[in-house]
Formats: sequence, structure tokens, C-alpha cells
Amino acid sequence: MAEQIPLVDYLVLGDEPHLVAHECTSCGARFFDRRNACASCFGTEFRDVDVPDEGTLRSFTIVAHAAPGIPVPFVSGIVDCDGTAVRGNVINVDPDPDHVRLGMTLRLATYSLGTDQQGTEAIGFGFEPTEAT
Amino acid sequence: MTDPVWILGIHMTKFGKHPDKDVVDLGAEATMAALADAGMTMADVGILAAGNLLGSGGGFGQQLQKQVGQTGIPVYNVANACATGATALRTAIMAVKAGEVDVGLAVGVEKLAGAGLLGGGGKSKSDGDEWQPAGRYGAVAPIDGRIGTETMPGVFAQIGMEYSHRYGGADFDLFARISEKNHAHSTLNPLAAYQKRFTVDEIKNDVMIAYPNTRPMCSANCDGGAAAVVVSDEKLRSLSGDQQRRAVKVAASVLTTDPWEDACQVLPNVNTLTRNAARTAYEQAGVGPDDLDLVELHDCFATAELVHYDNLMLCEEGGAADFFESGAPWRDGTTPVNVSGGLQSKGHPISATGIANVWEVCHHLRGEAGDRQIEGASVGLAHVIGLGSACGVHILERHAA
Repeated sequence: MAEQIPLVDYLVLGDEPHLVAHECTSCGARFFDRRNACASCFGTEFRDVDVPDEGTLRSFTIVAHAAPGIPVPFVSGIVDCDGTAVRGNVINVDPDPDHVRLGMTLRLATYSLGTDQQGTEAIGFGFEPTEAT
Repeated sequence: MTDPVWILGIHMTKFGKHPDKDVVDLGAEATMAALADAGMTMADVGILAAGNLLGSGGGFGQQLQKQVGQTGIPVYNVANACATGATALRTAIMAVKAGEVDVGLAVGVEKLAGAGLLGGGGKSKSDGDEWQPAGRYGAVAPIDGRIGTETMPGVFAQIGMEYSHRYGGADFDLFARISEKNHAHSTLNPLAAYQKRFTVDEIKNDVMIAYPNTRPMCSANCDGGAAAVVVSDEKLRSLSGDQQRRAVKVAASVLTTDPWEDACQVLPNVNTLTRNAARTAYEQAGVGPDDLDLVELHDCFATAELVHYDNLMLCEEGGAADFFESGAPWRDGTTPVNVSGGLQSKGHPISATGIANVWEVCHHLRGEAGDRQIEGASVGLAHVIGLGSACGVHILERHAA
């Protein structure tokens, strides 16, 4: 099997792909990138925690005009994964307001971005509806 | 209680396309007119705070001095995204307030006509031959478009939709009607980039940029400059009766940034820093939202205007949709909002915006706003947001005498 690489380092691949966050051990604030001190409480110790892979759609936009090279339309969403807010595209759904609704339940899903010349496949993530829309 | 600072002279250029002028020309036009409005020259000015994000190649303030008068005074070149103009104004006000100078000058200029989408792009979107992790997220490919959106119409669409999710009452139609209001207001403003009234259907059926924001619901990229001369209370008292009468009191000048909150790493929170700035400004000025005769707020997108009704406490918490439905923010309503036409039609030359909205309020407080005058206006508020984020709020009062 060809090697895989995640689109971003906070996406963990494997049998059960999931997102991981750096959580402040003092106050519980979560970050997807590195911080020298917690932006909330200035604590300096962090631990890695798994982010739940189901959530509700707290906000979205359907982008019709984007920078050159970005396929449109696509749905950009803010997903509340049991208290952790995650930014991601809403995928495997018709990109229109009849099918994308505030408050809908979504789950993490992955897809291939393609394979490079070394045969490594890049894997991205999005969120798909848990029920037919 | 320290002595107040006064706006003695202020000017905004025509917003729109200025192909024959560069940023220094536009800045000089605004500066010369603001000085003339104040009855002063560069010889009187003790500090220059200057804002320009694009097009001057850095050192905009010094370039401006060479165009209008090099006197050796300190220049502070400031940058705070779309709050750059308000930051320049606040810098000049702080210098006067600190007692270092009697007279300060703030200038903001931008040339954005034809700039297109802001916020996204900036680097090649083509994928490399080999997946190589890079950047703070170890990304092997650009994330704009793959992990949500980074372009401004989409970011602010999400900000409005989040409000809708939390409180209800706001939908595509309501956002379009907010835009209808501002475009209607712009027909009375000869300096606006666009002075065209649209029907709600025309707005909804225009080109979709990022649902629910169609093209007329987005701020208009254009060229423009604005400048203000601020003076100490002592200085004002030494000036002529006419200068004193036209002076506008800076009742509050506040700048905030966004405190940490859950979710702010994935969607900028433009709410709390605005609420914090407004609360502080009302305290400084000793006025409340009910006292405001007009408000110029940062409607960079129709979806943004809605949330700021709430953030500036023009309505009860969660009541922004009802506030709009009541007709309050129309120019004949109880709290006229964006009678200039707002950023959607007046235009949004980024660094000029935070002084241009103060100019609009001053124009009404001086009773010089012509056809769009809000009769008897005595107190007004100007608000800007620079994403990242910074929020500037100024409350202005008519001279009492």
C-alpha cells in the first residue's frame, strides 16, 4: 500500500482518522497549532487530545468566488465537535442552502488530494452529513 | 477627568476610482483640505500618524511629508488592517492627550479600485511535485478552500450566519434588506463610490460571492483618503470663535483587540472586542446607545452590520434582527446607521475608512451634511473592525456653544 500523508499535522490517519488538538493542561483551551503559552491562561504545558469526530454545524458559507485554482462552489463550515470548534469544508453534500442547514449533524470524513511523484497520497478531511439531506 | 481633545479640521476625498492619483496624491489631497478646514498649516502640526497598507512601499508618512511639508516632526506609520485609519486617529489623539503636542494630524489612504477578493490567495495554489509539510499546521497543500475559507466575504458570511444560528431571525432576505438600506442611503452622498439604489430582488439575484453575501452586499473596493487635525482643549480656546464653534469633541476614543475565546482560532470573533470597545467608549463619553443621533459602523459585509447592532448595544442582546425589522437603522429611524451609504456603497479604501466614518459623523454634528443631514445631530459614534483583530470606536459630540 502506498504511503499516505495528512493535509495538516492535526489530522491523524489510520483505521479511524481523527483530529488531535493541543490542550492546555491548566484551563483546557484547545489549539490546532503550537503556542508558547496558552492564549487564555498563559499556562505553558499542553497535552494532545483527540477531538470528537461528530459535531453540529454552527455556521457556514457557500463560497462561489475564491482565489484562482480553488474549485467552487464549496461549503466552508464551523463545526462544534462536543465543545471544540473546528473549521472545515462540509463535503458529500449538495452545496446549496436547501441541503446545508445550521445545526445539522456532521461527522469527520476523509478524501484523497492526489498522489505525488513519490507515490505518496495526501489525505484531506471535511465533515459530511450523518443523515441524508 | 482630563481635558477633552477636539477635531478641528477633517476631510474625506471622493471615494471611487482615482487612476490619475497615487496614494501620496490622495493623502496629500486629504491632508491639505483637513488643514484648510482647521485653519492651520503643517507648521502648526506636532505629530503625524499615517496609515496605508498597500501601494506606498512603506514609510507612507514620510512620503506624505515630502508632498505637503517636511518639518521634522515625528511620524508614526501605523497598520491595523481595516482599523488602520482609526488607529492613526487614536495615535494623534493620544499624543495630544499626553500633552506632548497641541496639534496632531492623522491620515489614512488606500488605493483598492479593482482589487478583487481580499484575504485569500497570496501564494500559488498549484500543488507541488512532492507533498511537503510546511507552516504552522504542517500543511502539504494550501488550506484556503480545503479547510474552510480565508476570503473576507466568506469569513464575514460565517460571522453573520453564526449570529443567525445563535439567535435566529436572520436569513438571506434580511441580510439583503440591510444592504438595500445602505445603498438607498448612499444616493444622498455625493462622495460615495456608488450612489445607486437597488431593490431587494436585485440584491439577492446579483452575483453570489459567498452565501449569503452577494456582490452588492460586499464592501466596495475603491480609492480614497481621509485626514483629521486634532487639538488640545487649551489650544482650541486660543482659536477664533468660528473654529471653536465647528470643533467636534472627541468624547471617547477606544482601541481594543480580541481576547481569547473558545472558537476564535477557527472563526475570528469580531463581537467581544467590539462590545468591549463600545462599553468603554460609552463610559468615557458618559452617554448610552439611546443618546446616539447617528452611527457609522463597519458594514464590510451585510452579514457584519447585523452583528454590530448587537455588539454596539444598539439593541438588546440577541435582538439585532428585530432591531432592523423595526426600521430603527434607516435614516428616519430611531438610530440611523450608515447614512453615508456604509462600506457597501460609500466604499472601503481600507486605511481611510476609520477616519472617513469619523468625518461623516462630524459632518452631521456640524450641520454641514446637506441633503443627508440628520437634523439636530449632537452625538454620534464611529466604529471599525480590522480582522486579526482590532476594533476602534470613537464617540463624537457637537461643540456646546
